Amino acid sequence: MRRINDNFSNRVTDFKTMNTYTDNPEYSFHLHNNDLMERIVELREKNFREAVEYDYAPTDLEDALDSYEKVLEVVGDINANTIAPNAGDVDAEGSHCEDGRVRYAAKTAEDLDATVKAGLCGLTMPRQYGGLNLPFSVYTLANEIISSGDAGFENVWSLQDCIETLYSFGTEEQRRKYIPLVCNGATMSMDLTEPDAGSDLQSVTLKATFSEEDQCWRLNGVKRFITNGDSDLHLVLARSEEGTTDGRGLSMFLFDNRENKRLNGRELTVRRIENKLGIHGSPTCELVFRNARAEIVGDRRLGLIRYVMSLMNGARLGIAAQSVGIQQAAWEEAVAYARDRRQYGKEIMQFPAVFEMIARIKARLDAGRTLLYECAKYVDLYKILEYTSRERQLTPDERKEMKTYSRLADAFTPLAKGMNSEFSNQTTYDTIQIHGGSGYMQEYRCQRLYRDARITSIYEGTTQLQVVAALRYITNGTYLSLIREWDVDDERIKEMIARMEESVETVKSHGSQEVLDICGRSLYEMTAFTVMAVLLRRDSVRAPELFGKSFQVFLNLAQSEVARHADFVSHITPECVGNYKTVTPPSVIPL
Amino acid sequence: MNIIVLAKQVPDTHNVGPDAMTAEGTVNRGALPAVFNPEDLNALEQALRLKERYGASITMLTMGLPKAADVLREGVFRGADEGILLTDRALGGADTLATSYSLSQAIRKIRSDRGLSGEDFLILCGRQAIDGDTAQVGPQVAEKLGLPQVTYVEEVLSVEDGVARVRRHIDGGVETVECPLPCLLTVNGSAATCRSRNVKRVMANKHREFTQWGAADIAADPAQIGKAGSPTNVKAVRNIVFKAKESKTLTASDEDIKTLVNELRRVL
Repeated sequence: MRRINDNFSNRVTDFKTMNTYTDNPEYSFHLHNNDLMERIVELREKNFREAVEYDYAPTDLEDALDSYEKVLEVVGDINANTIAPNAGDVDAEGSHCEDGRVRYAAKTAEDLDATVKAGLCGLTMPRQYGGLNLPFSVYTLANEIISSGDAGFENVWSLQDCIETLYSFGTEEQRRKYIPLVCNGATMSMDLTEPDAGSDLQSVTLKATFSEEDQCWRLNGVKRFITNGDSDLHLVLARSEEGTTDGRGLSMFLFDNRENKRLNGRELTVRRIENKLGIHGSPTCELVFRNARAEIVGDRRLGLIRYVMSLMNGARLGIAAQSVGIQQAAWEEAVAYARDRRQYGKEIMQFPAVFEMIARIKARLDAGRTLLYECAKYVDLYKILEYTSRERQLTPDERKEMKTYSRLADAFTPLAKGMNSEFSNQTTYDTIQIHGGSGYMQEYRCQRLYRDARITSIYEGTTQLQVVAALRYITNGTYLSLIREWDVDDERIKEMIARMEESVETVKSHGSQEVLDICGRSLYEMTAFTVMAVLLRRDSVRAPELFGKSFQVFLNLAQSEVARHADFVSHITPECVGNYKTVTPPSVIPL
Repeated sequence: MNIIVLAKQVPDTHNVGPDAMTAEGTVNRGALPAVFNPEDLNALEQALRLKERYGASITMLTMGLPKAADVLREGVFRGADEGILLTDRALGGADTLATSYSLSQAIRKIRSDRGLSGEDFLILCGRQAIDGDTAQVGPQVAEKLGLPQVTYVEEVLSVEDGVARVRRHIDGGVETVECPLPCLLTVNGSAATCRSRNVKRVMANKHREFTQWGAADIAADPAQIGKAGSPTNVKAVRNIVFKAKESKTLTASDEDIKTLVNELRRVL
């Protein structure tokens, strides 16, 4: 039985027998059809030697997979029985800013308590610090499931993965001090954005000064749009090098907010919580740091150029998972309504105009999801190799392996984030459309999903920035050569690949950066649709009962998208760039 | 503190399908998934809260088929420390009287094995099981052990200085009572819902086996267990549709009880 509910507070829905994980076989498919899993587990479990020391460590691959399955069952249970039913109330109440502190919506606090009691903290951290040592792919599944219940809560919960940055770049002393806190439920935030530094983080001005007297760093300044801004542990990007103005003057700091919160101190205060369109459960804060005592993480000057980039890639994978979760929830709503609603004497699901829309929703969901887990497994493997390299020297083969997967993770993260966030917007739009007038009313869950989805294509790098990140892999042939390796035996997909290659060449032949940038989105989508078609085809061969039909639907969609973009690209020449630039005459913009 | 939580594995009556009953009118156990009796989960949650607050060792005790070890495992997944399964053909077919006798014998054994003679001892169980709906086993166990009991508990407010303060659910309101330890509390479905499994505990205990005791282990009198010890006989099971006509509210006075008994005699 799938979890289908709406937001009527007076309608009793029995969630008791529901479990988001076990009710949807697609999750289990992605857990068990990860062809890198054996390698990932082998490295992560270091030949299963931890089983001697920790009672919850697996003894072999099968045991590990069984444990992952059981963890996800717990996630599915909490999601279906606590988080999802709470989401409507959380959305209505929102977070509160009281005397410089954040108070979560009552049901957000309940959700958080449930996840902490269930031990869903520090999922990917090593056991020596109290973590669960789960692969990223499993963590991503958990993330997606929780987002399907409440995307706003998913933010609060998943920010725990900021600890990865401290694990990667902090000192051993810092690891021993802070990682166990997160494994026991300490919340986190990453404080990057400022009023004048959004996408352009090089302009961060929050000041970090080393106090000789206290022998510690002190932070002063303002951060804005900080998700979960009154969390226990903050990673703060600040300018440590006086007189610098670019990214090389920025360092990463850790501010421990626990004591400050407990005493309602002023080292960090929340000036306001933004009044947002969606994700109301996630408090977005404006923060004031006043002489806040902080520790530096890693080396000076590497804050932006190294650590934020690492933080960002993790966060982007998180948003991709969040977006897929929203699509899942929207698809359930669409199906539930289309079966329930009758017009002209039959369920509206019977009308082609409706079932075609729902088919597309499901096809995008399956395609976006397989892209997400393809990306997650690359991240998984390169990260674990990176961690392994700190414990022992990697063999030359392993070094090569790490390089390959690091590059693939880099190439796939912007595809997974950008496409899924756009899909979640389209899907929630379509879901409201299926609901007709009712969908426009606050009582239905689809309107919340629509509002929640809207941010996904904006934060942690807008879709436009994802295009930029992917563009170099498009022009240098990374995706193309990978697709060729996959050896696709499908005429329609081969045709898509050919058109994609042709379009890339056409754009490159103009030798104009502006042409490339204008065509960027089209080349990006052609690539993404082709990659997803290949991946979903692979899944449909492995599990035709789950993906056979949605692959056929997706293929129609993908092929038409590729054709549309190829057509667009063929008309963009250096000569027509001017039209785009000056279609709005400067005179209409008032000064 | 030492806490015993009594739990029962019951057919999941929330998910009744068309095959829920056999042609003979008895419960078709094969067609219904077996679950942790819901109010026993409420009892477990109260035990877990006491453990968090005061520190306690929680032992789950259940009687049933070997498969009933699932509820022990479930209890351990959620935070209980140990589990004991009472299973024996000789114990089968028990009504509430024989069940409570067997459970009380097991509890005696736990207490004597572990030297738990003092006050620091509490038994928690659900108000009733969703298959039998009698609400008799908890109170009967207390009687057989000679312990005080509080029924319909909604929250254990404190357990301090040998006294449990509890809030109980009563008709039209709540009542706060105190009860000396050791005692037995039956917990109502209106109490806090049980927390979910803890993933570390799940991974660590997924293959866990539990101590099994048979009739001989608990030194049970053969005449008081199983079918032999069960005076209850099901005469017939009929499908009836309830039709409310009128209702009477009775007090606990002797006179009202006499009226009720007479009324029942007349109906039967």
